[in-house]
Amino acid sequence: MTRRFEETPEEIFAREEEPVEPHLAPPAHPAVGLHTLIGGWARQNLFSSIPNTLLTLLCAWILWEAVPPLLQWAWFGAVWRTSDPTVCREAEGACWALITEKHRFILFGLYPWGEQWRPLVAIMLFIIALVTTCYPGFWRPWLLGLWTAVFALCALLMWGGVLGMTFVPNDQWGGLPLTLILSVVGMVCSFPLAILLALGRRSELPAIRSVCVAFIEFVRGVPLVSVLFMASVMFPLFLPEGVTIDKLLRAQVGIILFTAAYLAEAVRGGLQAVPRGQYEAADALGLGYWRKMGLIILPQALKISIPPLVNQFISMFKDTSLVIIIGLFDLLTTAKTALADPQWRPFFVESYVFVAMIYWGFCFFMSRYSQFIERRMETGHRRT
Amino acid sequence: MAEPMQAPQTQPEVAIDLDKVNKWYGTFHVLRDVSLTIRRGERIVVCGPSGSGKSTMIRCVNALEEHQQGRIVVNGTELTRDVRTVERIRRDVGMVFQQFNLFPHLSVLDNLILAPTWVKRVPKKQAIATAMEYLERVHIPEQANKYPGQLSGGQQQRVAIARALCLKPEIMLFDEPTSALDPEMIKEVLDVMVELARAGMTMICVTHEMGFAKTVADTVVFMDQGQIVEMAPPQTFFTAPKSDRTQKFLSQILKH
Repeated sequence: MTRRFEETPEEIFAREEEPVEPHLAPPAHPAVGLHTLIGGWARQNLFSSIPNTLLTLLCAWILWEAVPPLLQWAWFGAVWRTSDPTVCREAEGACWALITEKHRFILFGLYPWGEQWRPLVAIMLFIIALVTTCYPGFWRPWLLGLWTAVFALCALLMWGGVLGMTFVPNDQWGGLPLTLILSVVGMVCSFPLAILLALGRRSELPAIRSVCVAFIEFVRGVPLVSVLFMASVMFPLFLPEGVTIDKLLRAQVGIILFTAAYLAEAVRGGLQAVPRGQYEAADALGLGYWRKMGLIILPQALKISIPPLVNQFISMFKDTSLVIIIGLFDLLTTAKTALADPQWRPFFVESYVFVAMIYWGFCFFMSRYSQFIERRMETGHRRT
Repeated sequence: MAEPMQAPQTQPEVAIDLDKVNKWYGTFHVLRDVSLTIRRGERIVVCGPSGSGKSTMIRCVNALEEHQQGRIVVNGTELTRDVRTVERIRRDVGMVFQQFNLFPHLSVLDNLILAPTWVKRVPKKQAIATAMEYLERVHIPEQANKYPGQLSGGQQQRVAIARALCLKPEIMLFDEPTSALDPEMIKEVLDVMVELARAGMTMICVTHEMGFAKTVADTVVFMDQGQIVEMAPPQTFFTAPKSDRTQKFLSQILKH
């Protein structure tokens, strides 16, 4: 310690004493039975007043009415395994047999039956890479290499055409791999674009600013459905004869541009929340524009923007289901198409519950992970 | 006490030269014909009522604010709007702010080595050595791995001074460095500034610490309504101020 003690007696005298809490002995705990504890807890939390008691009773009644039938439907009366839809018609519960029968179609769409191990491996690789990326200790340059390799491998697996794998054109892709491709590629590409748009919108150069403002405001002003529709139907009209751009690519570009506009506004919010003094301190140290932004402003702005950014990612993940309007078979569409067989048609609820659980799993993961990251960054940022 | 104003034979190099600088915020005339010459090694204290343009003046020196008329020459380079000129001048001029403005997402050490490694391309090892040296000089080497938010105001301001020094500037600007501090922390920051002044740094300090002005200033500049009203060595300034406005100001701040 190099801190010097140079206080004069007056200063020491004037120094405020820290109040000392009298050390209270913990109240002696009489041994209480479990049911007294529960009773005490219930009195305190459930029956503390008349409105509270009424609310407790109301909730209990709703649970009593709703839970047993739900369990009966979803579990006890459910049919788990049969290839005969008539068995399901006679049962009183859910027909999970539909999922057992059709899960491969729901997950992989029209992908050739015998080759479906390929999208399965691709999804596994994707998820492994994702989980690896989530661990902050692995945020090293090699992670970029890992992702490049994973993307290349996934493309190889999905398209095939080499190493004895048959070529599968991407209009046969569908289900979960399609949803994951659209959303992960969408996130990876739209995020940098969004940062550039947000910086551009706050630029001092009028030309750059107006281009960015015009783009953001235009895209935010139209529904995603119309962006996809334009990308799919209108865009080819402007292309010269004989030139075609793949439908999947067009949808992907539409999603990227659309998401970028929304993310840009989230990033801009973060940029505006960084105090002006941070910009001035960076300027005063002679950092140029890109270093100032990259090293000082963006790390702070993006941290502030985590909640709206994740919000946007989650909503975009679910919005990929809109690609149905241009005829791509994403997860939701395959779930619906699986019911095309009139024998199975009555069991649409089961099909939708199944995909809803998959969507929920991914979205819940994103939301929890963002909270973890926020907490982790907070320790380093404690402000006085 | 040395009399640098009266030594024409050994005329030192001019560090900063302001010549009839004018600036407006909209229609508000913040700086009116401000002319000031500061030679190498000179220590200037600028004081005046709030809104008198003193902060604006020193912020014009490193182009945090643009002046609209007049000439500002720093270290022989005229300040223009050219980005490269501005960045060169900023490398030679360190600045300390009222609100410290440390980078909260970086540790103290990373705050210190950031500009040297990225702007001056000093090797990281050397930058760390320099940074530790300056942390010693501001008496807080043991805080190197903490984050700014974990330090007291006085410690943060000393880190901010060290950060500015790490670029080895020729000139240091202080914009009310102690105004945001609790009273018991003012001394530790002023001590560091006095040490820096004794080491021969060219300094402009906007401050209301008159004790500091008496100890280290070669010249005290009094500004009011965007003008330099009076400029004198501290003894003359505090004992025999010429203008009424200076007298009034001094009577107000020295009353307590």
